Amino acid sequence: MTLSQLEVGQTGIVKEFTDLEMSVKLMEMGCLPGEEIRISRIAPLGDPIAIHVSGYQLSLRKFEASTIILQ
Amino acid sequence: MKADIRVALVGNPNTGKSTLFNILTGLNQKIGNFPGITVDKKTGFCPLPDGRTAEIIDLPGTYSIYPKSKDESIVFSVLADKAKGMVPDLIVVILDASNLKRNLLLYTQIADLKIPVVVALNMIDVSEKAGISINIDLFAKKLGVPVVPISARKVMGIDQLKNTITYANKVALQQDTIDVDAIAPQIIAQIKDDLKIDNPYYALQLAHQHETVSYLSSQESDRIEHLEQEFSFHSQKAQATETIARYNFINDLLYDTVKKPETAHDETISNKIDKILTHKIFGFVIFFAILMFIFQAIFSWSAYPMSLIEDLFIWLQSLVGKALPPGPLVSLLGDGILAGLSGVMVFVPQIAILFALISILEDTGYMSRVTFMMDKVMRKVGLNGKSVVPLIGGFACAVPSIMSTRNIENWKDRMITIMVTPLVACSARLPVYTLLIALVVPNRNVWWIFNLQGLALTAMYLLSIVSAVVVAFVMKFILKARERGYFIMELPVYRMPRWKNVAFTMYDRSKTFVMQAGKVIIAVSIILWVLKSYGPGNTFARIDQKYSQSQYTKTMTPDSLTKVIASEKLETSYAGVFGHVIEPVIKPLGFDWKIGIALISSFAAREVFVGTMATIYSVEGDADKMESVQQKMHSATNPQTGQPVFTLAVAFSLMMFYAFAMQCASTVAVVYRETKNWRWPAAQFAYMTALAYAASFIVYHLLK
Repeated sequence: MTLSQLEVGQTGIVKEFTDLEMSVKLMEMGCLPGEEIRISRIAPLGDPIAIHVSGYQLSLRKFEASTIILQ
Repeated sequence: MKADIRVALVGNPNTGKSTLFNILTGLNQKIGNFPGITVDKKTGFCPLPDGRTAEIIDLPGTYSIYPKSKDESIVFSVLADKAKGMVPDLIVVILDASNLKRNLLLYTQIADLKIPVVVALNMIDVSEKAGISINIDLFAKKLGVPVVPISARKVMGIDQLKNTITYANKVALQQDTIDVDAIAPQIIAQIKDDLKIDNPYYALQLAHQHETVSYLSSQESDRIEHLEQEFSFHSQKAQATETIARYNFINDLLYDTVKKPETAHDETISNKIDKILTHKIFGFVIFFAILMFIFQAIFSWSAYPMSLIEDLFIWLQSLVGKALPPGPLVSLLGDGILAGLSGVMVFVPQIAILFALISILEDTGYMSRVTFMMDKVMRKVGLNGKSVVPLIGGFACAVPSIMSTRNIENWKDRMITIMVTPLVACSARLPVYTLLIALVVPNRNVWWIFNLQGLALTAMYLLSIVSAVVVAFVMKFILKARERGYFIMELPVYRMPRWKNVAFTMYDRSKTFVMQAGKVIIAVSIILWVLKSYGPGNTFARIDQKYSQSQYTKTMTPDSLTKVIASEKLETSYAGVFGHVIEPVIKPLGFDWKIGIALISSFAAREVFVGTMATIYSVEGDADKMESVQQKMHSATNPQTGQPVFTLAVAFSLMMFYAFAMQCASTVAVVYRETKNWRWPAAQFAYMTALAYAASFIVYHLLK
């Protein structure tokens, strides 16, 4: 299951990434394996999404969210 | 001013870094360039308690020392460039106490460069309110650096921070955070050896960043490239390993020193606001309402201060006319410089209001929500959600906006944003639009609340956005992508705007506008005055001679005689000759040679138009009756037909020209600076001028 499949309000724990380039950027922003992520909201036009991770809010595109595999 | 110690401010975006910078330096700051790098360097001076002075350098906010954008690459360059002597004596790392985990990543990277470090733990009041308790003594002990809790917003802990800066160690005493050598042992050892570097993290950074760092010689860079191959060093893999190691260190550190409440829903207010502001329908309605409000505010709030400034200059001009004996110098001062200057100064209130409102939108965190909402649309037209900020900033001025595209990581997105930003109606067009709209659009309300002039202006602004979007869409198919685009962006918690910052931005931008535009306008005014006051050969003498014949002196009143002489002189002056040369080209747009002069001089800067109009039409005004530019233009008539020059068709044709043409020397310069290739500004100039001509032509013939 990937992060992009979660609905608003649902949470998941990061397991691994499918994309090395994206993973480096995501990890810098606090999306690390073992970290809990909650979907806060989806942009009015359906993309990007806003997530709650390590104490703050981060926005990313659905495609980027699909590279994050959850436990 | 000479500084005794150089201090760099480093931190994540949205941590209150610039607030702290403003507190430390007050108004005592300037924007310059880093030698060899085209990124603005904000520096200021801060008096220290022991009488010494610290030079404070504000580095761009970044999440990591690994740059994702052009702006962020400065941080490592400054901290590592030993050759140019930019390396600071001390680094102040600002951490957001309410979000320590992510903030500490940058700290651990900076600390490992082994430059003396002080930690400013900002927003300590916010984190305490959220129930986060930090054992600061233990935290400082574990890091091995002084840690000062502060609240930049509430100006708390600043004296203590200054004290800590004053008595900070001159050698780096911080604890090691991770085992750097373990990440890539062979290449680190070899680079250390080859380049005579003793810091392993510095060596590792060179392995990652040797292509972008400007101070390495090409042999050194080639050598590192060779080593990467030899030891099969993979930059992204090494970075991933390092980031995980750093977060392990950070988790251990925070486990011992920070206690968080179990039910941490500290940003619920922010969440509630987001539910409305990024709502499917309300979100867009509110966004457009805010834009509408900005345009209406620019018009209605500025009316009173503008008329005051206008009156002041009219008074000054009459004072000069009365107090000094008539002569070429007085005429230069009154008709040239003062007329030109009043054209600029009058728009300071509008520019101040615009910059104030934009800085409020950025400060509160609303601008990043706009980015969030608009990303999908923007991507469809070849832009990026992050292009919204430069585009909205473009309403103020294209120059800083084009510089702000540096935080767009994707090359193609950034280039398209740069190419279309100058189409957005900037504040320099505002004088031109307001002047022309006031001239031809009646000042009355429709549908009770909408002012007709305000609507016309809104239409010009909407047109600028539409044209930017269309051009971007076309360029999407012309340019080829160099790398994948992505959109990973923090949505900061909503905050009240910092009114001091807003006031400072307002003051700073208005000052820059007056200084930069003022210089150009005075220069252009003087040149124009010379060109219109003198003619080739003895044409002026001949005109004087012609009208001193009795057939004229007897039939005409002295008043109308001076008028006729003046306008004939203007027509035969250098400016007039020049205007006539280009008249055939602009005639299809409805412009006469006088407008031609204004058009050409506006290629230096758009706002010159108003000053030029004032200078040109001051010829026709009566000597004892000082009028504003608007009145002068209103009464201007075509000598052949007797009809007014500025009809609806001409005014709107002129506005179209100003809407599309690249009439700004500073923008051309900044586009070159940002793209490092003359082809970009040249292509931009060409396509915009072509668009301008076509749009003017169409509008003139439709309205005629």
